[in-house]
Formats: sequence, C-alpha cells, structure tokens
Amino acid sequence: MDMKSGSRLERVLKAGHFAFTGEVGPPRGANVEALKKKISYLKGCVDMANITDNQTAMVRMSSWAASLFCIQEGLEPNYQMVCRDRNRLAMQADILGAYSHGIRNILCLSGDHQMFGDHPQAKGVYDIDSMQLIQMVKQMRDEGKFQGGADIDEPPKLFIGAAANPFAEPFEWRVHRLAKKVRAGADFIQTQCVYNMDKIRQWIKRANDMGLTEQVYILPGITPMKSVGMANYMKNKVPGMDVPDEIIKRLKGVEKKKVADEGIKIACEQIEEFKEMKGVAGVHLMAIEWEHRVPEIAERAGMLPRPEV
Amino acid sequence: MIVAERKPFEEIKAMVSGYKKVLTVGCGTCVAVCLAGGSKEVATLNAELELALGKDGISPGAATVERQCDMEFLAELDPLAEQYDAFISMACGAGIQFLAERFPDKPVFPAVNTSFIGVNLDVGWYEEKCRACGTCVLGTTGGICPVTMCAKSLFNGPCGGTNNGSCEINTDQPCAWYRIHERLSAQGRLEQIMEISPANDWSNQKPRKIIQPGYEERIKALQG
Ligand code: SF4
Repeated sequence: MDMKSGSRLERVLKAGHFAFTGEVGPPRGANVEALKKKISYLKGCVDMANITDNQTAMVRMSSWAASLFCIQEGLEPNYQMVCRDRNRLAMQADILGAYSHGIRNILCLSGDHQMFGDHPQAKGVYDIDSMQLIQMVKQMRDEGKFQGGADIDEPPKLFIGAAANPFAEPFEWRVHRLAKKVRAGADFIQTQCVYNMDKIRQWIKRANDMGLTEQVYILPGITPMKSVGMANYMKNKVPGMDVPDEIIKRLKGVEKKKVADEGIKIACEQIEEFKEMKGVAGVHLMAIEWEHRVPEIAERAGMLPRPEV
Repeated sequence: MIVAERKPFEEIKAMVSGYKKVLTVGCGTCVAVCLAGGSKEVATLNAELELALGKDGISPGAATVERQCDMEFLAELDPLAEQYDAFISMACGAGIQFLAERFPDKPVFPAVNTSFIGVNLDVGWYEEKCRACGTCVLGTTGGICPVTMCAKSLFNGPCGGTNNGSCEINTDQPCAWYRIHERLSAQGRLEQIMEISPANDWSNQKPRKIIQPGYEERIKALQG
C-alpha cells in the first residue's frame, strides 16, 4: 500500500479499520514516572495518542519530548503543535527533529490564546496559522521543500492531522473550513468533543456530499462526562463547546455515584453510532485526567483488541 | 490616528525627579485628538508636577507643537531648549524619538504610552484597527483586519474557540472571522476566503523606511 508516513494510525485507517485514538497531557514538570504511568493506561487500548502542546497555554513538558517517551513505552504518539509558541523556523526545526526520532503523526493547531494560561503576558507568536502549518508540513513531506522554498536534505514523512469544530457558528462555514484544511493537506481530522449528535450528523452529511470524507479520515472527539459539574462547565464556560440539555438531564437523572458511569455509557452509545456512520473513520477519545479509565472505556465501547497492522 | 494613554503620574514623577528645569512638550495632532498629549493635557500634567515637586523648586515649562513627528515643527523649540535640562514628551513614540533626535544632548522622557492606530468611537473612546503589518489584506477580508481584530492574527480563521460571534478571549470582543464571514456572505463574496491565504510576509519585523515614487532623486541628494 502506498504510505505517506507509514504511521500506525495511517496503516490502521488505510486497512479500513475503525481507528481509536487517545490523548496524553505531558506533566507540569519533569515527572517522567507520572507520564509513563499515563502512557501505560493507553498502551494497547488506542492506536495512537495525541501528546498535547502547552495545552490551555500552560507550560508543560514539550510535546516532542513527551512523544519520545511515548515511543519508548510502545505507544504511537501524535505530536501536537500549536502556532502560538513558535515561528516557522522553530516549527520546521522541531518537525525535522521529531521525525528523526521516529515521530510519524503531527496535529496542526492554532492553540488556545496565551491569556488563558499561566503566562498571560507572553507574546503570542502566530507567525503562521494552523492552515498554513498544515500546508507547510505537506510541502516539507511531498515536495521536500522548506516553507521558504529551499530543498530539504531527507524530508520528514509525517501523517498530517488537523482539528475541526463542527459546532461553532457560522455553522454553514464549518464545512468550507474543513474543505480548506483538506486542500491544505490534512490527512486526518480530529474534532472538538461531540455531544450534539444531530449537529455532527448534519456536518458529516455535508462533508459526504462535498466528497470530503473520501479525501480525509474524520475522527469525532469523545470526552465522557465525569460529573454534572463538568457538563455544566463544558456547556457554559468552554468556548466553542455544544452540550445539549438532554445530556445534562441524563446525568442528573442517575444517583450521584453513578454519574461517571452514565457519562461512559453516553460515550459508548456515541461510539456505537459513529461506527455505523458513513464518512466517519474512527473516534478520538479525550479522557482528560481520566487516563486510568481508558482501558475500561475501550473495553465497553467494543474497541478491544486493537488490530495488528 | 495614533492613540496614546497618559502614563500614571508616579511613573512620570520618578523619571523627572532630579531635573530642575523641565519642558513638557505636547503634540497638536493625533495625541491631542485622543485627549492624551495635546496642550490641555500638557497643562494638566504640569499642574500635577508643580503640586508634587514645586516644593523642590521644579517649575515645568510648556510648549505644544503642531506635530512632533516633523522636524520643521520641532525647530520651533530650538530657542527654548537651552533654558531646560530635560524634556517630557507627550507625543506618540515617533514624536518622542524625533524630539530626542532634535536635542540629542538632553534627556527626553515619555509621558504617554503609545497604544495603537485606531479610530474614534466617541469622545474619549477609541478602538484599535491597524497593526501596520505592511501587507494589507483588507480587500479580501471584507474590510475587517484579521491581523488586528483577531486575537491570534489568523489569516484563515475562525479558530475553534469562536464563540457564537464572540472571540474566545472575551465575550465582549467580537470574533473577527465571524464578522468577516458575515460581511462577505452578505456581499455575496464568500469565494474571497475559500482559497487558503498564504503565510504572511511580516515586513514589520525590521525598521522600515518608505520613499514615495518621484522622490528618490531628492532623497538621494539629501543623503549626500
Ligand atoms: S475566536 Fe475569532 S477573533 Fe478570536 S482568535 Fe479565534 S478566530 Fe480570532
């Protein structure tokens, strides 16, 4: 099979399996043991794990470094890169270094604004945006050229990911933005956490109608709700998040001890529907600070064992 | 216009303390319009200085020129300059630097923070509109600047944080890309943003000079 990067994710998707990806946030320090522990929960349960890059603009161990620990531990990383913290020189240098060390997936993101984090006075770089980052990684891979046009001595072959938020207004623009990311060179898309199934159905349908799902693998994002408080917070405080009232009602409808279980049940039902949905190639599980529950969620969602490819 | 904000008095006081003869120089153009550094604000600052430092024998002088960003107007200060041992400038950063260049042997202290290139929303109310990036794209973005009005200066927005018309940073801040979409859609020009906008040329990362066409010879002669 013709491979762009040969990453495990690419092989799983190209073999036609329903992909299952996870997420690991690097530590707020050099606590390698804590990182390895998180990785151990995901290993064998997901096809690869996103390694976040100074997520919510808080300083953490760098994404590439944590990705290398991931490789050492036997879990394939998806190296996240945000446009907030680096200019195009630093980005390309990091991409070369990451690839040389065996990293094969990259996720190109704008990044949360620096004012949300622990260094709100930092200068946001935004030399290029996420669309231009996708384009740059593709040009490096397919043309063997740096953004500035010079030849690369041994180009990095990365499987290129991008994010999509199918819920943000203007809704009619969302699919055009997806089309733009596909044109820029995205190979796979991981979406914002999905709670509004009606809306994602519409979005996927439009992507199908425009022929986009034949050009890009789409993995909707799943984050199980741990509590009613979390659901309310996601609904009211997180920009760009769409949490329908039914979800909150359902969580409120069970005893307090069983809320987390209900959250996992909802997530599993969503995954079941996605398995059957035309145009969906897998799901991306973001179990934030809940890594130890990933094996259970994977089991209950019928995702185990992961395919050998 | 260029919009500025007066610095806190304590900061100005700390800079000038120790100098007996100080001339406060206002500017009659942008900073006068935005109520930060015109002749009125010069008078106010001087009154504050006198109140706070008068007991130390400091009595600041006042002068406001038409534009501090123009040597012709700064030349008006030449006869006054020798009576003073320091200047306070209430002009924008360009004016302050030009004043310092005119009188290189005297300290020049800024009394304002130059904030942005912006517009008048109402008396005393201004909004930033331009970052002088040097590569204007307003023609394709419906007349809304993505560099200035988008908190991440995205050229292919909106980002995932766009929040029902607001920017992720604040519900009071409109999302620039939401508005760009709205305006282009109303004009039937959405195709303007369908194509990927390429990486920007950040020419504002180095000191810039411009010579308008037709003036090259004159400037060559001036530079000897
Ligand atoms: S929400 Fe809109 S204005 Fe704010 S950073 Fe994102 S695209 Fe820019």
